[in-house]
Amino acid sequence: MIRIERRAPMSREAAAGLRLAGVAGALLAGAAFLSATGHDPGQAYLDMLRGAVGSPYAAQQTAVKAIPLALTGLGVALAFHAGLWNIGAEGQLAMGAFLASWAALGLSWPAWALLPAMGLLGLVGGGLWALLPAVPRALWGTNEIITTLLLNYVALLWVDYLVFGPWADPSAFSFPYSRPFPDAARLPLLPGTQVHAGALFVVAIAAALGFVLRRTAWGYEIRVTGHSPRAAAYAGMPVRANVLLVMVLSGAVAGLAGMGEVSGVIGRIQQGISPGYGYSAIIIAWLARLSPWGTVGVAVLFAALINGGFALQTSGVPAAIASMLQALVLFSVLVGDFFVSHRVAVRRGRAAALPAQEAAAEP
Amino acid sequence: MDVYLQDIRKAFPETVALHGVSFEARPGEVHALLGENGAGKTTLMNILAGLYQPDEGSIWLGGQRRRWRSPAHAIAAGIGMVHQHFKLVPPLTVHENLLLGVRGPLWLHRRRDAARVASLAREHGLDVDPLARVWQLSMGERQRVELLRLILRDARVLVLDEPTSVLTPQESQALFATLRSLARSGRTVVFISHKLEEVLRAADRITVMRGGRAIATLRSQDARAADLAALMVGRHVTPPQPSPPPPGAPVLEVDRLTVPGDRRPLAVREVTLTVHAGEIVGVAGVAGNGQRELAEALAGLRPIASGAVRLDGRPLERATVRDRIEAGLALIPEDRLDVGLVGEMTAADNLILKSYRQPPLSRRGVLDPRAVRARARAALGRFSLAVPAEAPVRLLSGGMLQRLLLARELAEAPRAVVAMSPTRGLDVGAAADVHRALLEAQSRGTATLLLSEDLDELLLLADRLAVMYDGRISAILKRAEFDRPRIGLLMAGGAA
Repeated sequence: MIRIERRAPMSREAAAGLRLAGVAGALLAGAAFLSATGHDPGQAYLDMLRGAVGSPYAAQQTAVKAIPLALTGLGVALAFHAGLWNIGAEGQLAMGAFLASWAALGLSWPAWALLPAMGLLGLVGGGLWALLPAVPRALWGTNEIITTLLLNYVALLWVDYLVFGPWADPSAFSFPYSRPFPDAARLPLLPGTQVHAGALFVVAIAAALGFVLRRTAWGYEIRVTGHSPRAAAYAGMPVRANVLLVMVLSGAVAGLAGMGEVSGVIGRIQQGISPGYGYSAIIIAWLARLSPWGTVGVAVLFAALINGGFALQTSGVPAAIASMLQALVLFSVLVGDFFVSHRVAVRRGRAAALPAQEAAAEP
Repeated sequence: MDVYLQDIRKAFPETVALHGVSFEARPGEVHALLGENGAGKTTLMNILAGLYQPDEGSIWLGGQRRRWRSPAHAIAAGIGMVHQHFKLVPPLTVHENLLLGVRGPLWLHRRRDAARVASLAREHGLDVDPLARVWQLSMGERQRVELLRLILRDARVLVLDEPTSVLTPQESQALFATLRSLARSGRTVVFISHKLEEVLRAADRITVMRGGRAIATLRSQDARAADLAALMVGRHVTPPQPSPPPPGAPVLEVDRLTVPGDRRPLAVREVTLTVHAGEIVGVAGVAGNGQRELAEALAGLRPIASGAVRLDGRPLERATVRDRIEAGLALIPEDRLDVGLVGEMTAADNLILKSYRQPPLSRRGVLDPRAVRARARAALGRFSLAVPAEAPVRLLSGGMLQRLLLARELAEAPRAVVAMSPTRGLDVGAAADVHRALLEAQSRGTATLLLSEDLDELLLLADRLAVMYDGRISAILKRAEFDRPRIGLLMAGGAA
């Protein structure tokens, strides 16, 4: 009989090797599929690599793509550290974009005043949107997975309403987007690059998060609360207040990602500002083990995978196969990760099966 | 039925639980399996009952070699086990629980079975109302239901895992009489225990296990407690000697404290008691009589309905948890891991759980890693704990966890400490260390409220003993009045 059981901890090198082997396996499986469907796998992978990092332009586009992924990833990582399952980064991003756009479209301020105001409104929009599920969670323990998830739809529909209705660009014949932002509302590019200044948000927030979590008393509270809320209560930590604060901050960072997209990339607010950044953020944060700089790194890899997929499409591979390859790589990374802590045991004879955890709990 | 386990080996991913253990028990005997936590007793018996497969070795039953396909297969072959956590369905009646899992006609022969149950119960002293719902029963009664169920399934080998851990002394007496009667009827009875006295009192033969090996099998009339203890621990353990200082001023005062419960309207009713400086007041009682709620209410973790709590004369009943900690009230919680300690964090991080806001550990909200490490070194050194400072504490043994928890809670000489079952599940050596630490705090003037289900521990340490039943303190006894039968009676709700 075959069963899955927990294994003794393995060395760092072995774990890294296992994860790499997972990716290699995915690429091999993808290659088999590509040749079976009449494509040249070598060429396809080369196209992907070129599309992701093959030229200064491609690398910079990957960096631009990584900005919203990293910001939402950092936001949810903070919530996950506190044991709060914020699945609502997508909606928080949208609400941040909404408030920032409100300033961009309504205020005719100079850039030095307008951009900080938009950044602040982005933070506020995302933060308040996360406060909404945080209050019932703090007071009555309402499951935030459900509430944050459902509020995503509300936020996205609200943005849809605006861009189809009151904010629709009159000259766009009912295409779902607003008027373009004035130049003063556009984030500048980093000197000599195609990357907008939102990249600085990523660096600042990753650095701040790393410091707060590791080196401050409040970060210590968050880590204790995340690992064991009962221990936090026992130690007299303000658990409820921290639930509110962490959710608001987590949403605020996602809201800033929304501001970065409308101000730095799109230049207007429109339907579908995010192709699911807020959901990818969850996977990114977990793959990075919630480490702030790790999240930034994984976000860049993710962005490379996405842009590589685009490049693949332009060289004639159907979009579905490109998405499939992306999913395959992601899946095998996750599987590799699982087998760092588990193994398959094969036993002869039929045995009374015990779930892996139960067996491990009994020393 | 003769039971023979031959060279059983069982490994789990991170440990080897059994290194080739052989064990035999005969029909008509009560056989005790004695050992500390982690000695492998429960694993060995789970293998006999088909819950685990041995990696090597064989099971012989009545001279035949057997291999279990499932726990049900072992039950069908006549092996019955009463686990430490009962496997009953609380909303169902005793009768319905007895019929669970019994193969036969689909309908229940209520009347016919009832008569059979009643006669079996009478024969072995297993009195219990068949129409009562299980949740209404005491732990002792639930255990009787478990035993009845095994007998109804015609179990020839009965295995009980730590059967007395939830019983009052009287209930334990009754249980051992029942086990004797079951053995006399030709069954093989094995019980797991780590308590020397009861093993000597109740068993015909004793097999001592240590570190996954069977060390010796002795007839109980040939065994002495001190020898058994040495076999069990592998060295001689000297129990700490209490020498209480004269009690000082009142420190922890509880006045008509009433606390709502989770399932009952009131878990603690009008409890009044005082703990003086340098005094250990024990609280005895069967689990679930309000001890946990009392401790949580004192620590501020549970809202109270009415009454007062004072520490050094200062009212605390409305204070926050943090205020209480800062006033010098320490709590050793029942759940070491997950409440007292954070399993995923390091020892160093755990040692600052209550003081992380104070200088030098943190200044203006910024932690000083060097001060945190220094604090850890000092605390670990003072209690001579060889704990890796940077590994998650969930990897530590129960004894190490409790020592770590005590190192933190007792480090700063608290004014008062509330300790809940501080030695539950610990081996003899670790328990002695915990007792020593509590006595040392006492000698420094700490007022201690010790809530425990282990009467021996209370009789050893307490200067006064409060007995708790149904949320009330039914009596407070001085050391000169300590008397086991009387305490047992009070624990069961009898009048003093």
